[in-house]
Amino acid sequence: MTTPAIEVSGLRKAFGDKVVLEGIDLTVAAGTVFSLLGPNGAGKTTTVNVLTTLIRPDGGTVRVAGHDLAAEPKAVRAAIGVTGQFAAVDELLTGQENLQLMVELNRAAHGKQLIAGLLERFELEEPAQKLVATYSGGQRRKLDLAMTLVGNPRIIFLDEPTTGLDPRSRRTMWTIIRELLAEGVTIFLTTQYLEEADQLADRIAVLDQGRLVAQGTPDELKRQIPGGHVRLRFTGPGDLEAAARLLTGGVRDDETLTLRVPGDGGTESLRILLNQLHDNAIHTEDVTVHTPDLDDVFLALTGRPNVEEVAK
Amino acid sequence: MTDSVIMLRRNAKHVARNPTTVFNAVIFPVVIMLMFVYVLGDAFDVGENYVDYATPGIMLLAICYGLSGTSTAVSSDMTKGIINRFKVMDVSRGAVLTGHVTTTIATNLIAVAAVVGTAFALGFRSSGGFLDWLGVLGLVLLTSFATAWLTVALGLAAKTVEAAGIATVPLIMLPFFSSAIVPADKMGPGIKQFAEYQPFTPIIETLRGLLDGTPQTGDAIAAVAWCAGIALVGYLWATATFKKRA
Repeated sequence: MTTPAIEVSGLRKAFGDKVVLEGIDLTVAAGTVFSLLGPNGAGKTTTVNVLTTLIRPDGGTVRVAGHDLAAEPKAVRAAIGVTGQFAAVDELLTGQENLQLMVELNRAAHGKQLIAGLLERFELEEPAQKLVATYSGGQRRKLDLAMTLVGNPRIIFLDEPTTGLDPRSRRTMWTIIRELLAEGVTIFLTTQYLEEADQLADRIAVLDQGRLVAQGTPDELKRQIPGGHVRLRFTGPGDLEAAARLLTGGVRDDETLTLRVPGDGGTESLRILLNQLHDNAIHTEDVTVHTPDLDDVFLALTGRPNVEEVAK
Repeated sequence: MTDSVIMLRRNAKHVARNPTTVFNAVIFPVVIMLMFVYVLGDAFDVGENYVDYATPGIMLLAICYGLSGTSTAVSSDMTKGIINRFKVMDVSRGAVLTGHVTTTIATNLIAVAAVVGTAFALGFRSSGGFLDWLGVLGLVLLTSFATAWLTVALGLAAKTVEAAGIATVPLIMLPFFSSAIVPADKMGPGIKQFAEYQPFTPIIETLRGLLDGTPQTGDAIAAVAWCAGIALVGYLWATATFKKRA
């Protein structure tokens, strides 16, 4: 068993009277994507700031890349890269000069090739000679991540890397994250988008008001709440009556002429279900499949809907 | 290349690309020089050729005008994400700040040179020898160093870039309430005493003495002491604030 990339135990942090993190425990295996999921104000950025040595925790132990955060902050910094919520780029330099600055500060070898490679990979060749002040949000985030990669970090912290990006830029970012993972990089990703965590993460921890309310693989989290169901809607009460007799265990609703049948929504079970109805000459108006998504998870775990998702 | 040199080059690019900074730091002092000496100069009765009187004061003014760009640049670094990147990259913490200080000093030197060049074009004559001019250079550097650290501290302490810009206004106004433009004893009660005892007056008087070739030890000691004090306060305040801000 290799050393975990990140080990956090009993992490606490308060700003004055305001407790932001109340005893966080988590472990991130090397070479995986770990997603910290939660609404605004849950403590995601504070967690990232602590794990990246920017702020000191009040309590608990943290090991990053095998180094104790309090005892060897320099060793931790040497192993990590951070791309924050607000793009950490220099607006008065060009994209190329920003990368050049990183090459110089990192004392990176073969700077020219490295910069050319990153500009190509992040599709930033065309605006490379323009001041970053003129860049779009997506271009800034890409440049920000490219700058982080100059130091060749083994663990990358991405704090809400796609917040505010258009869907296309978000997809590009996801592709890049998957490529980094394929190269063996460990990624600690915070997000308020449930879909993003679901798409990218090997493990997800749900952070709510400074506490981790759940942790596991996306599938494990989905299993924590009542299973999925298939919702059948019928043209008339007769069909509903017949279907309810046929499919015991269903929940009928006479008002909307629907029957809720437990099921995972897989194609095979769905085919069997529809064939059963067909064989009994029961007509359905429409069929909808409901798998539990992370919205359901959030609601089930915290008793509140995810605020951002509702607002979106 | 050390981190400080890398940061200095970064900041120098910032200054060169920001027309407002170049205008405030270099062109505006020259404009002031022309205004006071060429346009208004004949109306001032200071007992000597006005350009000879005004040059040391406007040299100091040139230093002060270079400072507003520094505080906003520092504040901009702190309020945008870039400072966290530098911290996580283990860029020497001093390098970020000394980069700003050295850039300010370099800008100030260019501005002072421009002011002195304009002065000569307007008929300025100096009786100072080589050593006196060396003293002038030394005091300009020391004043620039001290006020730059104070300005870096102001920039760090300000919550927003706008506040950082306003924070340097007193420093920019201060030369007008000194012996820069007219002798202090010609000012009204209150202002006169203020002008006599504020830090810029001994600095200006020392510069004036050196340029005349008649430096006064008392002024020089007061000038150096003020600079050392301002530099120390600025440095301690700046480093403490830098540590405190995540």
